[in-house]
Amino acid sequence: MDTDRQYSDVMVEMIDVHKRFGDLEVIKGIDLTIQTGEVVSVIGSSGSGKSTLLRCINHLEKITSGKIIVDKIPLDDNKANIAHIKREVGMVFQQFNLFPHMTALENITVAPIHVLKRPKKQVEEEAAMLLKKVGLEEKKNDYPKTLSGGQQQRVAIARALAMHPKVMLFDEPTSALDPELVGEVLQVIRKVAEEGMTMVVVTHEMNFAKEVADRVIFMANGRIEEQGIAKEVLLNPQSDKLRAFLGHSSS
Amino acid sequence: MLDFSLVVDYLPFMIEATWVTLKISILSTAVGLILGLVIALLKISTIPVFVHIANFYLWIIRGTPMLVQLFLIYYGLPQIGIELTPMTAAVVALGINAAAYIAEIYRGGIMSISQGQIEAAESLGMGYVLRMRKIVLPQALRVSVPSLGNQAIMMLKDSSLASLVTVSELLMVSQRYAASNYAFIEFYVVAAAFYLLLTTIFTFILNRVEKRLSVGEV
Repeated sequence: MDTDRQYSDVMVEMIDVHKRFGDLEVIKGIDLTIQTGEVVSVIGSSGSGKSTLLRCINHLEKITSGKIIVDKIPLDDNKANIAHIKREVGMVFQQFNLFPHMTALENITVAPIHVLKRPKKQVEEEAAMLLKKVGLEEKKNDYPKTLSGGQQQRVAIARALAMHPKVMLFDEPTSALDPELVGEVLQVIRKVAEEGMTMVVVTHEMNFAKEVADRVIFMANGRIEEQGIAKEVLLNPQSDKLRAFLGHSSS
Repeated sequence: MLDFSLVVDYLPFMIEATWVTLKISILSTAVGLILGLVIALLKISTIPVFVHIANFYLWIIRGTPMLVQLFLIYYGLPQIGIELTPMTAAVVALGINAAAYIAEIYRGGIMSISQGQIEAAESLGMGYVLRMRKIVLPQALRVSVPSLGNQAIMMLKDSSLASLVTVSELLMVSQRYAASNYAFIEFYVVAAAFYLLLTTIFTFILNRVEKRLSVGEV
Protein backbone atom coordinates (compact mmCIF):
# COMPACT_ATOMS: atom_id res chain seq x y z
CA MET A 1 0.00 0.00 0.00
CA ASP A 2 2.87 2.32 0.73
CA THR A 3 4.63 1.66 -2.50
CA ASP A 4 2.21 3.55 -4.70
CA ARG A 5 1.93 6.58 -2.43
CA GLN A 6 2.16 9.80 -4.42
CA TYR A 7 4.97 12.17 -3.46
CA SER A 8 4.61 15.81 -4.22
CA ASP A 9 8.01 17.10 -3.31
CA VAL A 10 11.57 16.42 -2.35
CA MET A 11 12.14 16.89 1.40
CA VAL A 12 15.76 15.90 1.81
CA GLU A 13 18.38 15.77 -0.87
CA MET A 14 21.95 14.59 -0.39
CA ILE A 15 24.44 14.96 -3.19
CA ASP A 16 27.82 13.23 -3.04
CA VAL A 17 28.05 13.62 0.73
CA HIS A 18 31.33 12.74 2.38
CA LYS A 19 32.16 12.83 6.08
CA ARG A 20 35.50 12.11 7.65
CA PHE A 21 36.64 12.11 11.25
CA GLY A 22 40.35 12.81 11.01
CA ASP A 23 41.79 10.10 8.77
CA LEU A 24 38.69 7.97 8.94
CA GLU A 25 36.18 8.45 6.15
CA VAL A 26 32.81 7.34 7.52
CA ILE A 27 30.56 8.48 4.68
CA LYS A 28 32.05 7.89 1.27
CA GLY A 29 29.88 9.71 -1.24
CA ILE A 30 26.18 9.32 -0.71
CA ASP A 31 23.43 10.47 -3.04
CA LEU A 32 19.98 10.22 -1.56
CA THR A 33 16.63 11.82 -2.23
CA ILE A 34 13.82 11.56 0.28
CA GLN A 35 10.33 12.58 -0.79
CA THR A 36 7.87 14.41 1.38
CA GLY A 37 5.86 11.84 3.33
CA GLU A 38 8.28 9.04 2.64
CA VAL A 39 9.41 6.70 5.42
CA VAL A 40 12.95 5.54 4.86
CA SER A 41 14.62 2.93 6.99
CA VAL A 42 18.39 2.78 7.12
CA ILE A 43 19.92 -0.53 8.07
CA GLY A 44 23.45 -1.83 8.23
CA SER A 45 25.95 -3.16 10.71
CA SER A 46 27.53 -0.89 13.29
CA GLY A 47 30.26 1.24 11.81
CA SER A 48 28.57 1.31 8.42
CA GLY A 49 27.99 5.06 8.79
CA LYS A 50 24.20 4.95 9.09
CA SER A 51 23.97 7.01 12.31
CA THR A 52 26.50 9.52 11.02
CA LEU A 53 24.48 9.91 7.83
CA LEU A 54 21.38 10.64 9.89
CA ARG A 55 23.21 13.14 12.11
CA CYS A 56 24.44 15.03 9.05
CA ILE A 57 20.86 15.84 8.06
CA ASN A 58 20.33 18.11 11.07
CA HIS A 59 23.90 19.32 11.27
CA LEU A 60 24.87 17.44 14.43
CA GLU A 61 27.74 16.40 12.18
CA LYS A 62 29.14 18.83 9.67
CA ILE A 63 29.75 17.18 6.31
CA THR A 64 33.24 17.26 4.86
CA SER A 65 32.09 17.71 1.26
CA GLY A 66 28.97 17.40 -0.83
CA LYS A 67 25.61 19.03 -0.49
CA ILE A 68 22.54 18.59 1.68
CA ILE A 69 19.26 20.37 0.97
CA VAL A 70 16.39 20.14 3.42
CA ASP A 71 12.99 21.50 2.42
CA LYS A 72 14.65 23.52 -0.37
CA ILE A 73 17.08 25.15 2.05
CA PRO A 74 20.77 24.36 1.56
CA LEU A 75 22.53 23.19 4.72
CA ASP A 76 25.58 25.36 4.18
CA ASP A 77 27.61 27.65 6.41
CA ASN A 78 24.82 30.19 6.62
CA LYS A 79 23.83 30.28 10.28
CA ALA A 80 20.25 31.30 9.59
CA ASN A 81 19.85 28.33 7.24
CA ILE A 82 21.30 25.94 9.83
CA ALA A 83 19.01 27.30 12.54
CA HIS A 84 16.02 27.06 10.24
CA ILE A 85 16.76 23.46 9.32
CA LYS A 86 17.32 22.47 12.96
CA ARG A 87 13.85 23.76 13.77
CA GLU A 88 12.32 21.80 10.91
CA VAL A 89 14.08 18.53 11.60
CA GLY A 90 13.11 16.56 14.70
CA MET A 91 15.44 14.01 16.19
CA VAL A 92 14.94 11.04 18.47
CA PHE A 93 18.06 9.57 20.04
CA GLN A 94 19.03 6.08 21.05
CA GLN A 95 19.63 7.25 24.64
CA PHE A 96 16.42 9.37 24.71
CA ASN A 97 18.33 12.39 26.06
CA LEU A 98 15.38 13.80 27.96
CA PHE A 99 16.23 16.76 30.18
CA PRO A 100 16.41 15.22 33.68
CA HIS A 101 15.61 18.43 35.54
CA MET A 102 12.30 18.91 33.75
CA THR A 103 9.02 17.04 33.95
CA ALA A 104 7.69 15.16 30.94
CA LEU A 105 5.50 18.15 30.10
CA GLU A 106 8.32 20.67 30.50
CA ASN A 107 10.55 18.54 28.28
CA ILE A 108 7.96 18.90 25.55
CA THR A 109 7.12 22.57 26.03
CA VAL A 110 10.55 24.13 26.56
CA ALA A 111 11.49 24.41 22.88
CA PRO A 112 8.12 25.55 21.46
CA ILE A 113 7.92 28.23 24.16
CA HIS A 114 11.48 29.51 23.96
CA VAL A 115 12.53 28.71 20.39
CA LEU A 116 9.27 29.24 18.54
CA LYS A 117 8.05 31.84 21.09
CA ARG A 118 4.59 30.39 21.13
CA PRO A 119 2.18 31.19 23.98
CA LYS A 120 2.78 28.99 27.00
CA LYS A 121 -0.79 27.99 27.59
CA GLN A 122 -1.37 26.92 24.02
CA VAL A 123 1.88 24.94 23.98
CA GLU A 124 0.99 23.19 27.23
CA GLU A 125 -2.41 22.16 25.92
CA GLU A 126 -0.83 20.80 22.81
CA ALA A 127 1.85 18.99 24.86
CA ALA A 128 -0.86 17.33 26.92
CA MET A 129 -2.42 16.12 23.68
CA LEU A 130 0.91 14.82 22.44
CA LEU A 131 1.39 12.95 25.72
CA LYS A 132 -2.02 11.43 25.22
CA LYS A 133 -1.03 10.42 21.73
CA VAL A 134 2.01 8.53 23.03
CA GLY A 135 -0.09 7.04 25.83
CA LEU A 136 1.44 8.96 28.73
CA GLU A 137 -1.12 11.59 29.60
CA GLU A 138 -1.00 10.65 33.28
CA LYS A 139 2.79 11.07 33.40
CA LYS A 140 2.96 14.74 32.52
CA ASN A 141 4.30 15.84 35.88
CA ASP A 142 6.76 12.97 36.25
CA TYR A 143 10.51 13.40 35.95
CA PRO A 144 12.39 11.25 33.42
CA LYS A 145 14.16 9.16 36.06
CA THR A 146 10.84 7.82 37.29
CA LEU A 147 9.87 6.66 33.79
CA SER A 148 10.84 3.41 32.10
CA GLY A 149 13.06 3.52 29.03
CA GLY A 150 10.08 2.97 26.77
CA GLN A 151 8.15 5.78 28.43
CA GLN A 152 11.15 8.09 28.21
CA GLN A 153 11.52 7.40 24.51
CA ARG A 154 7.82 8.08 23.95
CA VAL A 155 8.16 11.43 25.73
CA ALA A 156 11.21 12.13 23.54
CA ILE A 157 9.11 11.47 20.44
CA ALA A 158 6.40 13.80 21.73
CA ARG A 159 9.07 16.42 22.45
CA ALA A 160 10.31 16.27 18.86
CA LEU A 161 6.76 16.37 17.46
CA ALA A 162 5.93 19.48 19.49
CA MET A 163 8.18 21.50 17.19
CA HIS A 164 5.97 20.50 14.23
CA PRO A 165 8.96 19.18 12.30
CA LYS A 166 8.79 18.51 8.60
CA VAL A 167 11.15 15.56 8.94
CA MET A 168 11.73 13.22 11.87
CA LEU A 169 15.03 11.41 12.30
CA PHE A 170 15.18 8.34 14.54
CA ASP A 171 18.63 7.13 15.54
CA GLU A 172 18.21 3.52 16.67
CA PRO A 173 15.24 4.50 18.81
CA THR A 174 14.76 1.07 20.37
CA SER A 175 18.34 -0.15 20.70
CA ALA A 176 18.74 0.96 24.32
CA LEU A 177 15.46 -0.57 25.43
CA ASP A 178 14.69 -3.81 27.22
CA PRO A 179 13.07 -6.18 24.71
CA GLU A 180 9.64 -5.98 26.33
CA LEU A 181 9.58 -2.18 25.91
CA VAL A 182 10.46 -2.12 22.22
CA GLY A 183 6.91 -2.75 21.04
CA GLU A 184 5.32 0.28 22.70
CA VAL A 185 7.88 2.62 21.13
CA LEU A 186 7.62 1.08 17.67
CA GLN A 187 3.86 1.42 17.87
CA VAL A 188 4.18 5.16 18.46
CA ILE A 189 6.67 5.54 15.62
CA ARG A 190 4.33 3.63 13.35
CA LYS A 191 1.49 5.96 14.31
CA VAL A 192 3.61 8.99 13.41
CA ALA A 193 4.49 7.39 10.09
CA GLU A 194 0.85 6.70 9.30
CA GLU A 195 0.05 10.36 9.80
CA GLY A 196 2.21 11.15 6.82
CA MET A 197 5.39 12.37 8.53
CA THR A 198 8.56 12.24 6.48
CA MET A 199 10.86 9.98 8.45
CA VAL A 200 14.32 8.49 8.36
CA VAL A 201 14.69 5.63 10.81
CA VAL A 202 18.02 4.01 11.56
CA THR A 203 17.05 0.67 13.02
CA HIS A 204 17.94 -2.93 13.71
CA GLU A 205 14.28 -3.93 13.77
CA MET A 206 13.90 -5.66 10.44
CA ASN A 207 10.23 -6.44 10.90
CA PHE A 208 9.54 -2.81 11.66
CA ALA A 209 11.46 -1.73 8.56
CA LYS A 210 9.54 -4.26 6.48
CA GLU A 211 6.13 -3.16 7.73
CA VAL A 212 6.47 0.59 8.17
CA ALA A 213 9.15 1.81 5.78
CA ASP A 214 8.43 2.65 2.17
CA ARG A 215 12.04 2.23 1.30
CA VAL A 216 14.97 0.48 2.91
CA ILE A 217 18.52 1.64 2.49
CA PHE A 218 21.27 -0.80 3.32
CA MET A 219 24.57 0.82 4.16
CA ALA A 220 27.92 -0.87 4.27
CA ASN A 221 31.30 0.71 4.71
CA GLY A 222 30.09 4.31 4.27
CA ARG A 223 28.16 3.65 1.05
CA ILE A 224 24.64 2.75 0.07
CA GLU A 225 25.08 -0.88 -0.88
CA GLU A 226 21.50 -1.61 -1.81
CA GLN A 227 18.14 0.12 -1.63
CA GLY A 228 14.58 -0.25 -2.77
CA ILE A 229 11.03 -0.96 -1.71
CA ALA A 230 11.23 -2.27 1.84
CA LYS A 231 9.67 -5.69 1.36
CA GLU A 232 11.56 -6.43 -1.83
CA VAL A 233 14.94 -5.49 -0.44
CA LEU A 234 14.47 -7.39 2.78
CA LEU A 235 12.84 -10.48 1.33
CA ASN A 236 14.90 -10.67 -1.81
CA PRO A 237 18.33 -9.12 -1.13
CA GLN A 238 20.59 -8.84 -4.17
CA SER A 239 24.03 -8.19 -2.72
CA ASP A 240 26.09 -10.71 -0.76
CA LYS A 241 26.69 -8.15 1.98
CA LEU A 242 22.99 -7.59 2.58
CA ARG A 243 22.32 -11.32 2.46
CA ALA A 244 25.01 -11.86 5.07
CA PHE A 245 23.70 -8.97 7.19
CA LEU A 246 20.11 -10.21 7.10
CA GLY A 247 21.23 -13.73 7.83
CA HIS A 248 22.89 -12.52 11.02
CA SER A 249 20.24 -10.16 12.24
CA SER A 250 17.21 -12.36 11.62
CA SER A 251 18.62 -15.26 13.60
CA MET B 1 40.84 32.12 85.97
CA LEU B 2 38.49 32.22 83.03
CA ASP B 3 35.62 34.62 83.41
CA PHE B 4 33.11 34.49 80.60
CA SER B 5 30.81 36.97 82.34
CA LEU B 6 33.25 39.59 81.09
CA VAL B 7 32.12 38.93 77.56
CA VAL B 8 28.46 39.55 78.36
CA ASP B 9 28.89 43.32 78.49
CA TYR B 10 30.41 43.25 75.03
CA LEU B 11 27.91 40.89 73.45
CA PRO B 12 25.90 43.59 71.63
CA PHE B 13 29.10 44.77 69.95
CA MET B 14 30.11 41.25 69.09
CA ILE B 15 26.70 40.52 67.63
CA GLU B 16 26.97 43.66 65.54
CA ALA B 17 30.40 42.55 64.37
CA THR B 18 29.01 39.12 63.50
CA TRP B 19 26.46 40.88 61.33
CA VAL B 20 29.31 42.68 59.54
CA THR B 21 31.05 39.34 59.01
CA LEU B 22 27.86 37.89 57.57
CA LYS B 23 27.43 40.88 55.29
CA ILE B 24 30.97 40.60 53.91
CA SER B 25 30.51 36.87 53.35
CA ILE B 26 27.19 37.13 51.56
CA LEU B 27 28.16 40.07 49.38
CA SER B 28 31.53 38.62 48.40
CA THR B 29 29.96 35.23 47.71
CA ALA B 30 27.45 36.98 45.44
CA VAL B 31 30.30 38.74 43.59
CA GLY B 32 32.11 35.40 43.34
CA LEU B 33 29.08 33.54 42.01
CA ILE B 34 28.42 36.08 39.25
CA LEU B 35 32.02 36.81 38.28
CA GLY B 36 32.82 33.10 38.54
CA LEU B 37 30.09 32.29 36.03
CA VAL B 38 31.50 34.83 33.59
CA ILE B 39 35.01 33.37 33.94
CA ALA B 40 33.68 29.82 33.55
CA LEU B 41 31.78 30.74 30.38
CA LEU B 42 34.86 32.47 28.97
CA LYS B 43 36.98 29.44 29.77
CA ILE B 44 34.67 26.93 28.04
CA SER B 45 34.06 29.16 25.03
CA THR B 46 35.49 28.23 21.66
CA ILE B 47 36.93 31.68 21.10
CA PRO B 48 40.67 31.61 21.92
CA VAL B 49 40.86 35.22 23.18
CA PHE B 50 38.16 34.50 25.78
CA VAL B 51 39.91 31.35 26.92
CA HIS B 52 43.18 33.28 27.30
CA ILE B 53 41.48 35.97 29.37
CA ALA B 54 39.98 33.34 31.68
CA ASN B 55 43.27 31.48 32.02
CA PHE B 56 45.13 34.71 32.78
CA TYR B 57 42.62 35.57 35.49
CA LEU B 58 42.88 32.13 37.07
CA TRP B 59 46.66 32.21 36.88
CA ILE B 60 46.96 35.57 38.67
CA ILE B 61 44.26 35.08 41.28
CA ARG B 62 45.07 31.52 42.25
CA GLY B 63 48.79 32.14 42.09
CA THR B 64 48.96 35.01 44.57
CA PRO B 65 47.94 35.25 48.25
CA MET B 66 44.51 36.68 48.92
CA LEU B 67 46.00 39.04 51.47
CA VAL B 68 48.28 40.57 48.83
CA GLN B 69 45.25 41.06 46.58
CA LEU B 70 43.34 42.67 49.43
CA PHE B 71 46.18 45.05 50.28
CA LEU B 72 46.63 46.00 46.63
CA ILE B 73 42.94 46.86 46.39
CA TYR B 74 42.66 48.72 49.70
CA TYR B 75 46.08 50.36 50.06
CA GLY B 76 47.25 50.24 46.43
CA LEU B 77 44.29 51.57 44.45
CA PRO B 78 44.16 54.98 46.22
CA GLN B 79 47.60 55.63 44.73
CA ILE B 80 45.99 55.69 41.28
CA GLY B 81 42.99 57.63 42.50
CA ILE B 82 40.57 54.82 43.32
CA GLU B 83 39.53 54.94 46.95
CA LEU B 84 37.31 52.23 48.33
CA THR B 85 35.81 51.99 51.80
CA PRO B 86 37.30 49.14 53.87
CA MET B 87 34.05 47.20 53.52
CA THR B 88 33.91 47.59 49.72
CA ALA B 89 37.58 46.72 49.37
CA ALA B 90 37.07 43.54 51.41
CA VAL B 91 33.99 42.48 49.43
CA VAL B 92 35.71 43.16 46.10
CA ALA B 93 38.93 41.36 47.05
CA LEU B 94 37.19 38.33 48.53
CA GLY B 95 34.75 38.20 45.61
CA ILE B 96 37.45 38.43 42.95
CA ASN B 97 39.41 35.75 44.72
CA ALA B 98 36.47 33.41 45.17
CA ALA B 99 35.43 33.88 41.53
CA ALA B 100 38.54 32.00 40.42
CA TYR B 101 37.67 28.96 42.49
CA ILE B 102 33.95 29.18 41.78
CA ALA B 103 34.66 29.38 38.04
CA GLU B 104 36.41 26.03 38.25
CA ILE B 105 33.51 24.55 40.20
CA TYR B 106 31.03 25.73 37.56
CA ARG B 107 33.28 24.47 34.79
CA GLY B 108 33.41 21.03 36.36
CA GLY B 109 29.63 21.06 36.59
CA ILE B 110 29.21 22.17 32.99
CA MET B 111 31.67 19.53 31.74
CA SER B 112 29.71 16.85 33.57
CA ILE B 113 26.64 17.44 31.40
CA SER B 114 26.54 14.76 28.72
CA GLN B 115 26.96 15.58 25.05
CA GLY B 116 23.56 13.96 24.49
CA GLN B 117 21.87 16.76 26.46
CA ILE B 118 23.49 19.38 24.28
CA GLU B 119 22.64 17.50 21.08
CA ALA B 120 19.02 17.11 22.19
CA ALA B 121 18.79 20.85 22.87
CA GLU B 122 20.47 21.63 19.55
CA SER B 123 18.13 19.35 17.63
CA LEU B 124 15.20 21.26 19.16
CA GLY B 125 16.58 24.42 17.62
CA MET B 126 17.98 25.92 20.79
CA GLY B 127 20.87 28.31 20.26
CA TYR B 128 23.86 28.69 22.57
CA VAL B 129 22.31 31.12 25.05
CA LEU B 130 19.04 29.23 25.40
CA ARG B 131 20.87 25.92 25.69
CA MET B 132 23.04 27.28 28.46
CA ARG B 133 20.19 28.98 30.30
CA LYS B 134 17.60 26.21 30.14
CA ILE B 135 19.53 22.96 29.85
CA VAL B 136 23.20 23.14 30.77
CA LEU B 137 23.41 25.63 33.64
CA PRO B 138 20.44 24.37 35.68
CA GLN B 139 21.94 20.89 35.61
CA ALA B 140 25.50 22.11 36.13
CA LEU B 141 24.42 24.21 39.08
CA ARG B 142 22.80 21.20 40.69
CA VAL B 143 26.03 19.25 40.38
CA SER B 144 27.99 22.23 41.70
CA VAL B 145 25.97 22.99 44.81
CA PRO B 146 27.95 20.86 47.28
CA SER B 147 31.25 22.41 46.16
CA LEU B 148 29.77 25.90 46.07
CA GLY B 149 28.52 25.41 49.63
CA ASN B 150 31.98 24.40 50.68
CA GLN B 151 33.33 27.54 49.05
CA ALA B 152 30.73 29.72 50.81
CA ILE B 153 31.77 28.32 54.17
CA MET B 154 35.41 28.97 53.38
CA MET B 155 34.55 32.54 52.48
CA LEU B 156 32.75 33.03 55.75
CA LYS B 157 35.97 32.17 57.51
CA ASP B 158 38.15 34.11 55.06
CA SER B 159 36.07 37.20 55.78
CA SER B 160 38.19 37.55 58.95
CA LEU B 161 40.96 38.84 56.67
CA ALA B 162 38.92 42.02 56.36
CA SER B 163 40.08 42.89 59.88
CA LEU B 164 43.46 43.64 58.30
CA VAL B 165 41.97 46.51 56.29
CA THR B 166 40.23 47.95 59.37
CA VAL B 167 36.75 46.48 58.87
CA SER B 168 35.14 46.07 62.29
CA GLU B 169 34.11 42.48 61.74
CA LEU B 170 33.94 39.71 64.29
CA LEU B 171 37.64 38.90 64.61
CA MET B 172 38.74 42.54 64.73
CA VAL B 173 36.26 43.40 67.47
CA SER B 174 37.09 40.30 69.49
CA GLN B 175 40.78 41.08 69.21
CA ARG B 176 40.19 44.59 70.48
CA TYR B 177 38.21 43.52 73.56
CA ALA B 178 40.40 40.51 74.25
CA ALA B 179 43.45 42.72 74.47
CA SER B 180 41.87 45.50 76.50
CA ASN B 181 40.45 43.02 79.05
CA TYR B 182 43.37 40.64 78.91
CA ALA B 183 40.80 37.87 78.34
CA PHE B 184 41.99 36.18 75.17
CA ILE B 185 40.50 32.76 75.71
CA GLU B 186 37.09 34.17 76.64
CA PHE B 187 36.70 36.49 73.68
CA TYR B 188 38.24 34.18 71.08
CA VAL B 189 36.16 31.21 72.24
CA VAL B 190 33.01 33.32 71.92
CA ALA B 191 34.17 34.58 68.53
CA ALA B 192 34.78 30.99 67.41
CA ALA B 193 31.31 30.07 68.66
CA PHE B 194 29.78 32.84 66.56
CA TYR B 195 31.68 31.66 63.47
CA LEU B 196 30.53 28.13 64.19
CA LEU B 197 26.96 29.30 64.52
CA LEU B 198 27.14 31.03 61.13
CA THR B 199 28.74 28.07 59.35
CA THR B 200 26.15 25.75 60.91
CA ILE B 201 23.32 27.91 59.63
CA PHE B 202 25.00 28.06 56.20
CA THR B 203 25.33 24.29 56.11
CA PHE B 204 21.70 23.85 57.06
CA ILE B 205 20.50 26.21 54.34
CA LEU B 206 22.78 24.57 51.78
CA ASN B 207 21.42 21.14 52.55
CA ARG B 208 17.95 22.46 51.97
CA VAL B 209 18.95 24.05 48.68
CA GLU B 210 20.64 20.84 47.59
CA LYS B 211 17.54 18.82 48.32
CA ARG B 212 15.38 21.32 46.51
CA LEU B 213 17.57 21.29 43.40
CA SER B 214 17.79 17.53 43.25
CA VAL B 215 14.34 17.07 41.69
CA GLY B 216 14.48 14.52 38.92
CA GLU B 217 18.07 13.69 39.73
CA VAL B 218 19.43 10.68 37.96
